[in-house]
Amino acid sequence: MSDGSVALEGVTKRYGSETVVAGISLAIPAGEFFTLLGPSGSGKTTTLSMLAGFVMADEGRVLMGGRDMTRVPPRGRGLGMVFQNYAIFPHLTVAENVAFPLSVKGTSKSEIAARVAEALAMVKLTGFETRYQRQLSGGQQQRVALARAIVAHPRVVLMDEPLGALDKNLRYHMQVEIKDIQRRLGMTVIYVTHDQEEALTMSDRIAIMERGRIAQMGPPREVYEKPQSSFVASFLGEANLLRVRRDGPAVRGPGGSVLVAAEGGLSAAEGLAFVRPEKVRVESGRAEPAPNRLTGKVLHASFLGNIVRYEIDAGDGATLLCDAANAAGVEPHRPGDIVTMIWRPEDSRFLAA
Amino acid sequence: MPLGRLPAWLLLAPALLLLIGVFLVPIGWFLVASIMELGTPAEIWEEVDAVLFSGAVAGALINTNWIGLVVTLLVLVIGYPVSYALSRAKGVAFTLILLCIVLPYFTSTIVRTYAWMVLLGRNGLINQVLLGTGLISEPLNLLYNRTGVVIGMTYVLLPYMVLTLYAAMKAVDMRLLQAAEGMGATPLQVFLRVFAPLTLHGVIAGVLITFILAIGFFVTPALMGGPSDIMIAMLIEREVELTQNWPAAAIMTVVLLTVTLILYGLYSRFSGALEGGAKP
Amino acid sequence: MGPVLRTTLVRAVVVLLCFGLLAPIVIVAIASFSGDGYLKFPPESFSTRWYERFLGDARWRSAILNSLMIGVMTSILSTVIGFLAAYAMMRGEFRFKRLLLSLLLTPVIVPHVVTAVAVYFLSARFGLVGVRPWIAVAHTVVALPVVLVILQSALRTVDPALERAAMVCGCTRFGVFRRVVLPIALPGVVSATLFSFLTSFDELVISIFLAGIRSETLPVRIWNSLLLEVEPTIAAVSTLLIAVTVLILGLDALIRRIREGGSALPSS
Repeated sequence: MSDGSVALEGVTKRYGSETVVAGISLAIPAGEFFTLLGPSGSGKTTTLSMLAGFVMADEGRVLMGGRDMTRVPPRGRGLGMVFQNYAIFPHLTVAENVAFPLSVKGTSKSEIAARVAEALAMVKLTGFETRYQRQLSGGQQQRVALARAIVAHPRVVLMDEPLGALDKNLRYHMQVEIKDIQRRLGMTVIYVTHDQEEALTMSDRIAIMERGRIAQMGPPREVYEKPQSSFVASFLGEANLLRVRRDGPAVRGPGGSVLVAAEGGLSAAEGLAFVRPEKVRVESGRAEPAPNRLTGKVLHASFLGNIVRYEIDAGDGATLLCDAANAAGVEPHRPGDIVTMIWRPEDSRFLAA
Repeated sequence: MPLGRLPAWLLLAPALLLLIGVFLVPIGWFLVASIMELGTPAEIWEEVDAVLFSGAVAGALINTNWIGLVVTLLVLVIGYPVSYALSRAKGVAFTLILLCIVLPYFTSTIVRTYAWMVLLGRNGLINQVLLGTGLISEPLNLLYNRTGVVIGMTYVLLPYMVLTLYAAMKAVDMRLLQAAEGMGATPLQVFLRVFAPLTLHGVIAGVLITFILAIGFFVTPALMGGPSDIMIAMLIEREVELTQNWPAAAIMTVVLLTVTLILYGLYSRFSGALEGGAKP
Repeated sequence: MGPVLRTTLVRAVVVLLCFGLLAPIVIVAIASFSGDGYLKFPPESFSTRWYERFLGDARWRSAILNSLMIGVMTSILSTVIGFLAAYAMMRGEFRFKRLLLSLLLTPVIVPHVVTAVAVYFLSARFGLVGVRPWIAVAHTVVALPVVLVILQSALRTVDPALERAAMVCGCTRFGVFRRVVLPIALPGVVSATLFSFLTSFDELVISIFLAGIRSETLPVRIWNSLLLEVEPTIAAVSTLLIAVTVLILGLDALIRRIREGGSALPSS
């Protein structure tokens, strides 16, 4: 493999009459941290399996470093991979597990020793060489799996929900370490997860998958702030999606209020207006008649520590979530209070219903 | 990583070849060739009629079923408490009970039969003890008659029943029994209305497997039985070894095989997983 | 009846039954060391005269040899064939899997007399009666179900993800098998080897038909002598067979223990 670029061209996989992956195309440049994000059954794991070579695509091509790998078995792809439940060989020690990809290739003993030591140092497991899987904690097993995936210096490493089984604290630590190792080794990482927070923190780019297709692809900030569909908007974090309808040149939302958005005009007669809770400002009192200003009644105020989340009834069956920073000197609104919700047009988009 | 269709069949090929070449084909060939030897369908039918309704075969079929039923019943009655104890025992008690079942189970049938021949003989341990205590004045005839056959077969078949029942009893959630007790049921009611129904499929599977094995039995009745305790499997062996009467052997085999396979079909339904019955 | 009395009664019955299960085997083993002219229990004197007679007889010695040779051949053959089949059953994707499995297990259910007579029918035509490797092949038919059941449960412990991991690491199919599947399933493989040996070593009915005069196995030799009389030498032979069973059960227990224990370093 000359470099770590990866591409899929119209890749399709069917199981019987069911199409699990429907003509996916994407191009990942070398050194990118690319995440496939989606709910279970969206086709992300099947896509990863086709990249690894466990599953053969029915249509389309899989390219790595410019070479066609569509029909190449896993052993010929030169990949590293971290599995969901780590897949540590129970009959081998930590050192033997990490050495596995090298010993398969017949690398010399001295080189294996040096590379294993280097990989174990990188995942901070020096001193655990002679242990077996059953003597390791979940976090340690995760590190062994990571060391085994990088020991042969692959240009591309696949990771299938590698942190899924860890508790929250450990997860955060491992996120930072994986990112760090990826940058140091300059490798391409293709990462599968259903955890949107993890995807946002770690990725250079995210592809959000929905029913075998890519719903949207782009840098974390872009997909978060500029979703192109209600699915993407609500899958990534909290989103307010207000029913709107076209009324001449204007677009009207709850209570006939006029709504404007910087991008994405409303193509159909009806649609949805998208705005994130943290982009909505909440002020006391009734709203003056102006665009993107709604009057509502506070239903609940939940204290979440650094923020206060309001659930506000805006009339016409529309309920908005609004997050206010729990900043110094700010008096929170109370349930029953009449408030005004305000947001900027550039924080809002119209989406198809 | 699943295997493709071709590699899977290639890996299965040796086992299938063996099964076909040294099991299915021989049985089929033996049956078809022996029966065809008789000539026209009318002649075949005549022979079938003659064999099946001859005194010897009819008697053997009655013996086979009768001994099979008696042995199965005895095995169930003895096996049930042992299985229950095994399913509830822990630690050393469990190991000891298991040993008492597994050691005979894995000991050669002929050794187990021989052991009972030693015990039941005219000078055997049982007669010695009975004579010694003065309960009897003449040694009892326990060997070379139906009593001997039933005792020997019950002993040989007991482990199969115990292991089948054990699997069913182990699966019963003890909390259900406690719940029933908590609702005021007497121990007998708990047993009859909760435990027995929950282990019924195990009993049926155990009864079927014991009966299947019993009706095909040959070694124990041949060694421990008398002249009037001939079972069908013994008759098949005699036709082949002594008189070389292949057609008669084939006709009896068809009967035995048909009954066995029908009961096996039933057994598969009750045992759920096929692995459950064969070996632990 | 009070609960204490009832429990005691149930226990007494179980102890009695368990004793009854084990007693015949133990009694034969003890009686085999009898110094008396016929089998008495308890023996009035002890000696190894029946063992001397057993091992001093050339026919018994050749029976031991036949049994060992056929047993070893059977265990190798059935373990290899059974492993391949069990692996295919575990990972293969094909239709009629359940049906195929029950077909592979039928030799346990079909009366051995039927299998024996049928194979004998064929063997007699091809001059295979008394040929030891052929007897081993016939034994493999009945040992295969035993092996399959043991190996299927052993292979269940091999996580498919481990096989995928090995493939990504550069292993061929055979490499995955040799480096991952086989080592992890090894205790099961050893178990299967032991129990298939025992199946063959104890098999009587098929051997009666196929052994001929040349290749009498121990059970066949016992059978032939028992048809004549219940002679005490057979107690010694039986004790040998029991000892082999005990040995194999013990080895199997040992393997299980080693496997569960592993190297017991404490994990931090």
